[in-house]
Amino acid sequence: MDSLRIPILKIGDILIASIQVALHDASAVQFKDDLLQKIHDTRAKGVIIDLTALDVVDSFIGRLIADIAAMAGLMGTRVVLTGLQPAVAITLVELGLELPRVLTALNLEKGLKVMQRMTEESDDGAV
Amino acid sequence: MGQSKAAVIRSDLDIVIARTMARDVAKVLGFGAIDQARIATAVSELARNIFLYAGTGNVTVREIEKGTRKGIEIVCEDQGPGIPNIDLVMQDGYSTSRGMGMGLPGAKRLMDEFLIRSQENVGTTITCRKWRN
Repeated sequence: MDSLRIPILKIGDILIASIQVALHDASAVQFKDDLLQKIHDTRAKGVIIDLTALDVVDSFIGRLIADIAAMAGLMGTRVVLTGLQPAVAITLVELGLELPRVLTALNLEKGLKVMQRMTEESDDGAV
Repeated sequence: MGQSKAAVIRSDLDIVIARTMARDVAKVLGFGAIDQARIATAVSELARNIFLYAGTGNVTVREIEKGTRKGIEIVCEDQGPGIPNIDLVMQDGYSTSRGMGMGLPGAKRLMDEFLIRSQENVGTTITCRKWRN
């Protein structure tokens, strides 16, 4: 069976992926590969991954998101995670996955503001 | 009698099916949204363990009672290689596969009771329970 593809939208210099359905492992790995390739193809400065619709994030998906943020970071692209539900935040911390190196924002709108601020800073010549 | 449901784990798709089933049962039993997420996440970790280490197995979810308390019991069984050293796999960060080594200890933290029975080359049965407040 083909794995489900998560649409990745481009707005200006930013990519936005909103995960709307429960990801099984193969589709999550496919998403990672698609996203990194799209970062390369579009030279995006930032990526927002919106998880508002997810009611379960287990250690596999949590680790994958941390990996995506680290890998995108190596390519020079920032990742902001948005929309974690309270129950998801609680279970992730109880699992032991605090994602300390992943930037987060309460919702997509705030995530966009964080991203705009960061990309403007880098346009000013700062790292 | 009480709610009881079972799922066979054969692929990564079945992990999602098993945890959705557990969440649905937890919801019917009156668990709140956060406990539903804890139960579904624990089942996701345990079902993935079956898939990664044994290939196939079963997840059964049922209603339990102790006196006036009601709860949910999850039994995950496989006929896989077994766990030679249970203390080791219950340590945070220990992993022999693609996992982060937080599957079993993480699932234990999300549940109230957690019991592993395992015999090398025979299989593993993990029973865990969560009680409703």
